[in-house]
Amino acid sequence: MANKHTTRPITTGTSVVGLVYDGGVLLAADTLLSYGSMAKSFNTPRMVSIADRVLLGASGEYSDFQEIVSRVEALALAETTQSMESVYDERTLSAKSLWNYLRAVMYQKRSKMNPFWNDLVVAGFENDAPFLGVIDKLGTTLQENLVATGFGGYLAMPLLREKWRPDLSEGEARALLEDCMKVLFYRDCRASARIQLAKVTKDTCIISEPYELDHSNGWNAPSMQRAVGDLDGDGGW
Amino acid sequence: MSQKNREGEVLTGTTILALPFEGGVVVCADSRTSTGTYVANRVSDKLVQLSDYIYCCRSGSAADTQALTDYVHYYLSQWSLDTGRIPTVKTAAHLMRRLIYQNKDQLQAGVIVAGWDPVHGGSVYTITLGGSCLELPFATGGSGSIFIAGLLDAEFSNGMDMAEARNLAKKACSHAMCRDGSSGGVIRTVVISADGVDRDYTPGNDLPFGPVAVW
Repeated sequence: MANKHTTRPITTGTSVVGLVYDGGVLLAADTLLSYGSMAKSFNTPRMVSIADRVLLGASGEYSDFQEIVSRVEALALAETTQSMESVYDERTLSAKSLWNYLRAVMYQKRSKMNPFWNDLVVAGFENDAPFLGVIDKLGTTLQENLVATGFGGYLAMPLLREKWRPDLSEGEARALLEDCMKVLFYRDCRASARIQLAKVTKDTCIISEPYELDHSNGWNAPSMQRAVGDLDGDGGW
Repeated sequence: MSQKNREGEVLTGTTILALPFEGGVVVCADSRTSTGTYVANRVSDKLVQLSDYIYCCRSGSAADTQALTDYVHYYLSQWSLDTGRIPTVKTAAHLMRRLIYQNKDQLQAGVIVAGWDPVHGGSVYTITLGGSCLELPFATGGSGSIFIAGLLDAEFSNGMDMAEARNLAKKACSHAMCRDGSSGGVIRTVVISADGVDRDYTPGNDLPFGPVAVW
């Protein structure tokens, strides 16, 4: 009797946003875990680094992400130690091959009507070129310079498309991502202001410690403070 | 009872509360209005003035509560003209209750009616989805209220002064906003007493707690 796990997502993460800049790939995600509408946990990383070379981020069901990471880490270890070629050469998992492997996994699960309920983001730097790709729960893959899952697709993508250039510096890329994350914090009910940034370049693959966005200029417009619910207002909105 | 959400309906999600103190009441609300998981308005004003000394905190369907408060505001001004008096909080609450009860199948509205009148001083009434009207020592409502039931049980006391009541209201509201995905934004409070009405605005980056818990 086959095991069936998928019913509906229970504990979830929201958007992951990423872009390719001059020299690498930058990803951003908040560290909130939601339990329906409740904020369950505030400091949960949704991006991990695999074999110190590849970044894997996810939105959607957290337990499925944990299972995927477990399998991928085992795969990375096997690649380094047990593959035929590893006897002769130093081999590590590459971002593109991980992306392709996950495509196969996601598609197979979906075909058995038991998907991993995630949108996955894979990022890396190999053959002197950055790599950034997504896989959804149906097994659809996209390789792009700009990616965003969940609400990010509606709110962050337009900002990314507006501001992106192929020669963005790291500082500009970071500012652009923070701007996207701020908009998501304002407008996504399942987002928080505590985010992590992750970077992969030719020489580095790191994930920052979680930090809180600076939204001090987001609440001080006079139109926001105005008491529209009072008798001299329009009755509240 | 109430019908299912109509598709695309705008709900207030919400954390609302009303805490009486010595001489009046303080009403407090978050400012998030959501359509599904999209924040339609992140700086809403959920504290509606029904008359000079009576306020209503709205939760549930934004359209339903706006329509209800419009009616009650209208009826209360008629009542003042007819009687020559300022309305009591009890009158306002029971007017609201009647409208909600008689239209319970069509409405999705949970409100707190609170204010000051010269007859009873400060009072707080909560009116639930079905139209039950309860006078309470203090009241909370909306999806965020479940997260602060324990906090307020522990920290509320009768006979607080105005500043204590306001601070406790903001503290409780910010804790609810931290945990409830349907609450957030800024905190608005109104202190109502014999001296009149005093509004306060706490921006979203200056909350007593949150917006993210830091452990």
